[in-house]
Amino acid sequence: MALLGRACLIIALGLAVYGAGASIYGARARKAAWIESGRRAVYALAGVTTIAFAVLIAAFIRSDFSFGVVVDHSSTTTPLFYRATAAWSSQEGSLLLWVFLLAAWSSLILWVLARKGKLREVAPYATAVLCGLAGFFLFCTIFLANPFTTLANAPLEGAGLNPLLRHPSMMVHPPALYSGYTLFTVPFAFAVGALIAGRLDASWITSTRRFALAAWFFLGVGILLGARWSYSELGWGGYWAWDPVENASLMPWLCGTAFLHSAMIQEKRGMLKVWNVSLVLATGVLAVLGTFLVRSGILDSIHAFGASTLGVPFVALIATMAAGSIGLVVWRRVSLRSEHRLDSLFSREAVFLLNNLVLVGLCFVVFWGTFFPLISEALTGDKASVGPPWFDRYTVPLALVLVLLSGIGPVIAWRKASLRGLVRNLAAPLTAGLAVPILLLALGVSGHASALIMFGCGAFALTAVGQEFWRGAGARRAMTGAAPPAALLALVRRNRRRYGGYVVHAGMAVLFIGVAASSAFANQRDARLSPGQTTKVGGYDVRYVKPTFDVAHDKRETGAIVSLGAVLDVSKNGKHVTTLDPSRGYYPSVDVAQDGPVGRFYKGESTSEVGLRAGLRRDLWTAIEPDTSRIERLADVADRKFPDATPRLSLFIAGTLAAGYAKDPPPATFRVIDSPLVTWIWLGGLIAVAGALIALWPAGLRARRTAPAGYGAQLARELGRA
Amino acid sequence: MLVVLAVVAVVVAWPLYRATRPAAPSARDADVEALEAAKDSKLREIREAELDYRTGKLTEEDWRVIDRRLRAEVADVLRALDRAEPPD
Repeated sequence: MALLGRACLIIALGLAVYGAGASIYGARARKAAWIESGRRAVYALAGVTTIAFAVLIAAFIRSDFSFGVVVDHSSTTTPLFYRATAAWSSQEGSLLLWVFLLAAWSSLILWVLARKGKLREVAPYATAVLCGLAGFFLFCTIFLANPFTTLANAPLEGAGLNPLLRHPSMMVHPPALYSGYTLFTVPFAFAVGALIAGRLDASWITSTRRFALAAWFFLGVGILLGARWSYSELGWGGYWAWDPVENASLMPWLCGTAFLHSAMIQEKRGMLKVWNVSLVLATGVLAVLGTFLVRSGILDSIHAFGASTLGVPFVALIATMAAGSIGLVVWRRVSLRSEHRLDSLFSREAVFLLNNLVLVGLCFVVFWGTFFPLISEALTGDKASVGPPWFDRYTVPLALVLVLLSGIGPVIAWRKASLRGLVRNLAAPLTAGLAVPILLLALGVSGHASALIMFGCGAFALTAVGQEFWRGAGARRAMTGAAPPAALLALVRRNRRRYGGYVVHAGMAVLFIGVAASSAFANQRDARLSPGQTTKVGGYDVRYVKPTFDVAHDKRETGAIVSLGAVLDVSKNGKHVTTLDPSRGYYPSVDVAQDGPVGRFYKGESTSEVGLRAGLRRDLWTAIEPDTSRIERLADVADRKFPDATPRLSLFIAGTLAAGYAKDPPPATFRVIDSPLVTWIWLGGLIAVAGALIALWPAGLRARRTAPAGYGAQLARELGRA
Repeated sequence: MLVVLAVVAVVVAWPLYRATRPAAPSARDADVEALEAAKDSKLREIREAELDYRTGKLTEEDWRVIDRRLRAEVADVLRALDRAEPPD
């Protein structure tokens, strides 16, 4: 099977090279047969990479330890669900996933365009770009990180999947992120194609808009799942730490968000062509940069990057993409001139422009904060740290403006808004935006000005969006006489883009309110407790009731053999609130010779399983760090007494030690966090996802049908005279 | 493996050897496409301007001015479309 996988990769590389060459030749020589052949090479590429990816997944599911990558990232004890998804936890598998997704999305856009007969001049160049990117990743996969490398002597057991990755959201997170990255390469490729072909009207934006939106959607889902994983798996109690890996995905998302807004201005007004094309090219480069940051080892240190086989090729690719993009924009600068000027500063275009500046500013802050430590290390040899306070200093004010703009945008008209209308439309949102922080101050919520301002901005945006739905449905009712729910449904169905976007704005406002509240008003306590002892956090009494243990009975089905935990009773003013059961799962090490047959059950990796009571108002989050020093000492004694213990006997002894821990528990360290409105973050994310789906949903056939041009011209002439 | 290679070769080479050759993309096709995109965009803008008016974002006077201008623009686009691609 490995041979089939290897052969598929080589065929795929050949197809990528051929696809690029045939498409460029076809476009230059105006030979449609070659263009079609190049397009078919992309379809074939998708087919062949699908086979290769299926071979790899099958090897993981079958625990085929003749594959080196399976040995390093899976084991027979890894549960089936995680075995099936472990492929992309490896460098090799993730690169194959990248190229597989890229080929799939490339095929889809090319098929859609060919069927509609659109962008025929631009598509061959875009095909060449997509093939070039696929060729690069295939080159890396074949020569630098081959997932089909086999071992001469296959071991009986593998190292197992990193326990931290044994979380459902972590299994969806990488494909979602990579779908976002690869989907963003589609508008990137078509922007390059449009620049080369000189077709700089809005057609390429219109035809690839849905792909850009899908990229934004998938990247957003990936970021949200990553945050959720951090919150519920990493055991530190937060969801965002401005970690470079997180920042890597945030940068293209921010840039892509800016593009989705400004693209509308070009579609409607023929304005901002240079800006739009630059944004989409930057987003494409940032998508590859995101992969580079995670895969090159550069985040560990600039020296690790030098040692990495992928570092230099990635830098070469990114430099080529960036330099090529700049060169193309400069070359076409005359054709990229705007067709119109801004009619008024009181217009949606102006608000979008401001929103773009804020988003690009945010992207720049994240970029600088991510790369500054690397630059300082390269120049001085010391890695300067840029932590959350630095990011917060710059991102918080920008985020406040962004949420405010997300409320202004929906209530202001395109082209030119009247001052009277603007005042009328802003009255209710402004009232809500001022009332909420004043009310909160009156209720005694104080001390965090930026959080209070964010609550005001959030209330402003939510009221603005709510008002838009209300008035829109009212207008629809007045026109059709439909009942309110039917009018609302028809309004959204007929204006999916607009109202889907509004739902996204509402979701982001809810999300930012959650971020502000949970960042500013969380109470955290780290305490070392014995059973019966109590700690206080945020008005809650948290009592360590008793220790718990499980052996070979992993309730969360992550493959942990032993888990040690606690039952915590939470009460407030003497009244029981909830019971929490945080635990820590221990995954056996595979090095029996080093750790001993019993000791290995405690000396491998371990992960936190948090005890969480989530609610709309607040979350109570707990994690435990059991003291296993006594267990490890006793395990060493057992290993000396029974050096040749069978696995069954070793497990029995390990279980006995866990039972002993529960019978006479040493003090355990607990982290308890009382954090308000964390659920609003996930809720806001879900609302935004729903909004993106509304905007993505294709219009019905009736809505898409257009009148023949001749008839349309006559009609328009009539209307023009009216 | 050979089967994969053979299927790939047939799929990719088919357009080069079949009897009927598709027409090459022309500048006229691209012009028509750009006009179609502009037409769709203008028609959408007309609808959106009306929605802006009905939801209180535009005064009736402003809306009528914008609407008239947009309809004139769409008429220009449709005339250009008629010239580029005469109706049957």
